[in-house]
Amino acid sequence: MTRYSLWSLLREGFRGHTGWGPVWREAEPKPAYDAVIIGGGGHGCATAYYLAKEHGLTNIAIVEKGWLGGGNAARNTTIIRSNYLYDASAAIYDHAMQLWKGLGRELNFNIMMSHRGVLNLAHDDNEMRQLKRRVEANRLNGVEAEWLDAKQVAEYCPIINMSPASRYPVIGATLQRSGGVNRHDAVVWAYARAAHELGVDIIQNCEVTGLKIEAGRITGLETSRGTIRTPKVASVVAGHTSVIGAMAGLRLPIESHPLQALVSEPIKPVNPCVVMSNAVHAYCSQSDKGELVIGAGIDAHLSYTQRGAFPVIEEEIAAVLELFPIFSRLKLMRHWGGIVDICPDASPIISKTPVKGFYLNGGWGTGGWKATPASGHALADLVARDEPNAIAAPYTLERFTTGKLVAEHGAAAVAH
Amino acid sequence: MFRIRCPYCGERDQIEFGYGGEAHIARPREPEAISDAQWADYVFMRTNTKGLFAERWVHSAGCRRWFNALRDTATDRFVATYVIGEAPPLPVTQGADDGAPVEEDAEAAADLAGGGRP
Repeated sequence: MTRYSLWSLLREGFRGHTGWGPVWREAEPKPAYDAVIIGGGGHGCATAYYLAKEHGLTNIAIVEKGWLGGGNAARNTTIIRSNYLYDASAAIYDHAMQLWKGLGRELNFNIMMSHRGVLNLAHDDNEMRQLKRRVEANRLNGVEAEWLDAKQVAEYCPIINMSPASRYPVIGATLQRSGGVNRHDAVVWAYARAAHELGVDIIQNCEVTGLKIEAGRITGLETSRGTIRTPKVASVVAGHTSVIGAMAGLRLPIESHPLQALVSEPIKPVNPCVVMSNAVHAYCSQSDKGELVIGAGIDAHLSYTQRGAFPVIEEEIAAVLELFPIFSRLKLMRHWGGIVDICPDASPIISKTPVKGFYLNGGWGTGGWKATPASGHALADLVARDEPNAIAAPYTLERFTTGKLVAEHGAAAVAH
Repeated sequence: MFRIRCPYCGERDQIEFGYGGEAHIARPREPEAISDAQWADYVFMRTNTKGLFAERWVHSAGCRRWFNALRDTATDRFVATYVIGEAPPLPVTQGADDGAPVEEDAEAAADLAGGGRP
């Protein structure tokens, strides 16, 4: 595999870019593997990479029903932050933040990680108190966070509507300077390339149609490209966790909703950071291509269709224009929906299941992208050792029976 | 966007309706007598079907009454809407631990639906 460097770029520049090889090669499914990961998105590829790199498990495969990184990896708004309230969340999201910081170098791939800062706006006294509490909780957990007053918000992001006469005036904000955005397909391909180099098979267009379970233990899976024998299966799908779970006879605490996002036509750099507002109900950043990337709340109904209803878009646009009146003449270029698996406590599941050898990583709801490296890291540990590590331990399925929930609705980008 | 047929008012735009999630989940009659696992199943576990799914809607901007609908969640096509307390017009598997449909409390359901038929 070519190692990317300034020299390789110069060399290829001089010979007309004829020497670039494939980043990874597609594999035919073998009859048996030591472990199989369902889902070739960010979390799935990260899981495969850490299984191979840190646990020496290289006779493994990723099976993906579509194409690499074509599900929610390609549909999210790529926002990175770790300013969650509770200890369990701080542990996993900040682990991800630390991994993001060095990931481009570790994987020798430009993931376009941009630590441009994330603002969470406060519009009334109660919201201000809650956000200040979150800043203090973050600091106690070693998570970088600070409070900005209205003047500092205006300095940090001059295009926000700061008029005290607006319907929801901005009175302050939390800022996580290490937060930001990165490039979704670069992340997936970086993990896929690194995993492939370590010997992992990446199998696309391979839909799982059933799980083979004997005496309470997983023995393999049925796919659209034949049967694969394996003692370990990890489900890392976004938007279909209940469907895969049902193949193992599991009922899960998950509901699947459409979440819509949109991008504007590209304009010159104008929004220097990520802005989120729970009360006005939208979030917005600007991609390196210049498009404004806009997201908001889920559609209320359950659906697997990857599309939502128009009134949600209308509210989303109204909210963005309330925050940024200067965007009012922009055209929208694209609009899409993804299916998000939402748990009742707005926290994920990284867990063993009643079926031995069958592991679940899902229920990331509306904010799984930021956790990608830590999610894969924790799941790889669980699959390799059959025991959750300290980061994964709070995210069991059992918490819905014991009541030990990790209720993080308050730290979501917007209320869902 | 959907057009939804309220059993009381007829077909209207989706924006007039609120959503109530999975239908036919009956509250356990004796919560103190059941296990934690059964309570968790009632409170948290959902069928979340990809395919034909029975769900609750409320006509918030109209008659404000709750009703049930059968919709294919893989296509968003509505198959039927029906009054609370009635069995789904097509068989669906959801709502309980063993996968068997739960019988609704007809009296409570009638109260919820505001009594009377369309």
